[in-house]
Amino acid sequence: MTKIFLTFWMLLTSVNAAHALSVDVPLSNPTLEARARVLFHELRCPVCQNQSIDDSDADLAKDLRRYVRQSLVQGAGDDDIRLSLQSRYGDFILLRPRVAPSTYLLWGAPLLMLVFGLYIGFRRKR
Amino acid sequence: MTAEIGHFALILSLCVAFAQACVGLLTSHTTPVVNVMRRGATLQSVLVAVAFFCLMWGFIQSDFSLALVQGHSHLAKPMLYKISAVWGNHEGSLLLWVLIVALYGTAFAWLEPRRTTRISDAFYIRVLMVQAFVSVAFLTFLVLTSNPFARLIPPPFEGQGLNPVLQDPALAAHPPLLYLGYVGFSLVFAQALAVLLAKDKAHEDWAALMRLWTMVAWIFLTLGIALGSFWAYYELGWGGFWFWDPVENASLMPWLAATALLHSLMASAKRDLFSGWVLLLAILTFCLSLSGTFLVRSGVLTSVHAFANDPARGLFILLILAGFALWGLTLFARHFPRAPEDTSFSLISRESTLLIQNIGLSVATATVFIGTIYPLVLDALGGGKISVGAPYFNSVFAPLLIPFLILIPFAPLMGWGKGDAPAAAKRLAGAAVFSVLAVVALYIMRPTPPLALAVMGAALWVVSASINAWRQKIQRLGWQGISAPAYLSHIGFGVLIAAAIAASVWRSETIVVAENGQIVHIAHYALRYDGVKEIAGDNYQSEQGQLVFVNSGRRGQILHPERRFYDAEQNTTTEAALAQDIGGTLYAVIGEREQGKQVLRLWYHPFVNFIWIGAMIMALGGCSALRKQLKK
Repeated sequence: MTKIFLTFWMLLTSVNAAHALSVDVPLSNPTLEARARVLFHELRCPVCQNQSIDDSDADLAKDLRRYVRQSLVQGAGDDDIRLSLQSRYGDFILLRPRVAPSTYLLWGAPLLMLVFGLYIGFRRKR
Repeated sequence: MTAEIGHFALILSLCVAFAQACVGLLTSHTTPVVNVMRRGATLQSVLVAVAFFCLMWGFIQSDFSLALVQGHSHLAKPMLYKISAVWGNHEGSLLLWVLIVALYGTAFAWLEPRRTTRISDAFYIRVLMVQAFVSVAFLTFLVLTSNPFARLIPPPFEGQGLNPVLQDPALAAHPPLLYLGYVGFSLVFAQALAVLLAKDKAHEDWAALMRLWTMVAWIFLTLGIALGSFWAYYELGWGGFWFWDPVENASLMPWLAATALLHSLMASAKRDLFSGWVLLLAILTFCLSLSGTFLVRSGVLTSVHAFANDPARGLFILLILAGFALWGLTLFARHFPRAPEDTSFSLISRESTLLIQNIGLSVATATVFIGTIYPLVLDALGGGKISVGAPYFNSVFAPLLIPFLILIPFAPLMGWGKGDAPAAAKRLAGAAVFSVLAVVALYIMRPTPPLALAVMGAALWVVSASINAWRQKIQRLGWQGISAPAYLSHIGFGVLIAAAIAASVWRSETIVVAENGQIVHIAHYALRYDGVKEIAGDNYQSEQGQLVFVNSGRRGQILHPERRFYDAEQNTTTEAALAQDIGGTLYAVIGEREQGKQVLRLWYHPFVNFIWIGAMIMALGGCSALRKQLKK
């Protein structure tokens, strides 16, 4: 069974290699590559343990890196790429959570707590 | 047979701890009871140590009739990893945890009466009583749900081996250091409860005593976290040093809380201020240690740190956490507030800076907490799966950090009660000018995102201002002025932050698919790739790449990044090759082979070493504070 799977897998990858190398080839345009790097850090590898796709060796992470680079070359904006990946993999893939009603508390908490803490700490000093 | 002795010793130690806890709770607080508590604590330590070393013996002998040894060891494994594998698993690491609880109790039992005669018998007994309850909780957990001495019948001939990522010298030191930190807060918690139980009759310098033990735990925790970060850096093979992984966060939270505690304890020891807050913080710090244990050990999270995925165990730890939190907070609610505190300090004073520092660190702790559990809670509430990762923490922490960094150098210069702001500003003016100039220079020299640059400027300000203030102190006092724990720790913190930013935003990276003999460029280096050799290690096969420097003063030096395949565990690890120079670290990793070519990934991380050097300076500052306090 493993053997069949392996043969199948090798077939797949060799077909893949025909039109694009499966390893990371940085984009020749440094601005685009820089944007790609920022995006890599913000996208979670869906099959790994708490790794961004920048950190991961998993095949899916490689595919996603290639997808991001290709999209950038085709002129997609950062948000377009985030949205398209989010629609496919869900919010889970975004390491920087969207600002949405479900995350208002997450994003607002630090500032609220700071204001509250300063108020409690210094309310008697005026 | 050794295993049975160990198992028996473990059960006996539970009985001893239980007896000790009951004696402390139920009897009058007289001198004979003091002796019972001291002997109980000692006996408990001895028994747990016996259990611990029996388990270690099982690992040394590769006794595969023990399920734990069979599951986490292997005949071919080097001896160092056989020994450190004792705590490279769920049961063994909990045994280490319990051992350290007992040792802290014993250390307190023997050291405190000798060091100071001022603590009362009642206080002494209560501290050891609470500490014994912590032992009881975890020993029960160990005996009932996580027996390290379970046997396998029939015993297999070979073990399953240890996760290769853990087969590293750092495993010998990282967990013990971290636990010496985490668990040390149990003693701080015990003291807080003893103070609360004494109502108004606590001895006067309980804050100084608590600060001493908090400092000990804090030093260990600082070193443990730093070592973990360094280990992750060189072992995981992608050149990161802090991932905001839930498990890292679990260790960062008690650290932040303890740092706040150390500072507010200064005000308590000196001016009897903030005592309510300090006691609450002491309770919370221990609860954060426990919730860290829960997060790591319950299987709620998956990572290299989580060995067990048994919900029953998670529930048990949660119950322990709930029990201690409830006990602490109930006592706190009943006995506080006492008499209104003296709050006669001016807005510009040491007290104010300590207060702001405590607010900042509390917010930081709570932010890490919320960020860590938010996905779990949201998912449980049916809000869908989200991820809260490094980009969230970085973007929330950077703006929070700047004002607090700016404030740091002022704090030690402020007088108690009322500080002299203009005088402090005058003393710090030189450093302010320096850091502004440094920021401008950096901006011109290297492209840096503005926020990162601002944080770095603030960190440089902390370093330069603290060095300058320290210099002035030495000028004023002569060599006596050399003892300056606050300056030292603040310098360490500034160095750490500045280095973390530098290593992240200025790093350079090269990924190539190299042929033999190809020249690869990274930062100011050029290296020639000379192919890959197959070599055999003790218990692994390795592909070892060879990279030769062809420029700079390093010409001719060779780097050997490796990929190791561990037969027993059927697992691969990446062993990065590192080369240090004054300005940073070159980090080389080999990847897969592609059509006869080799994937190479090289990084240059400017100043990355200073992250860990900064942490060590902080720990050194802690040691210096400890020395200063013990001298008094």
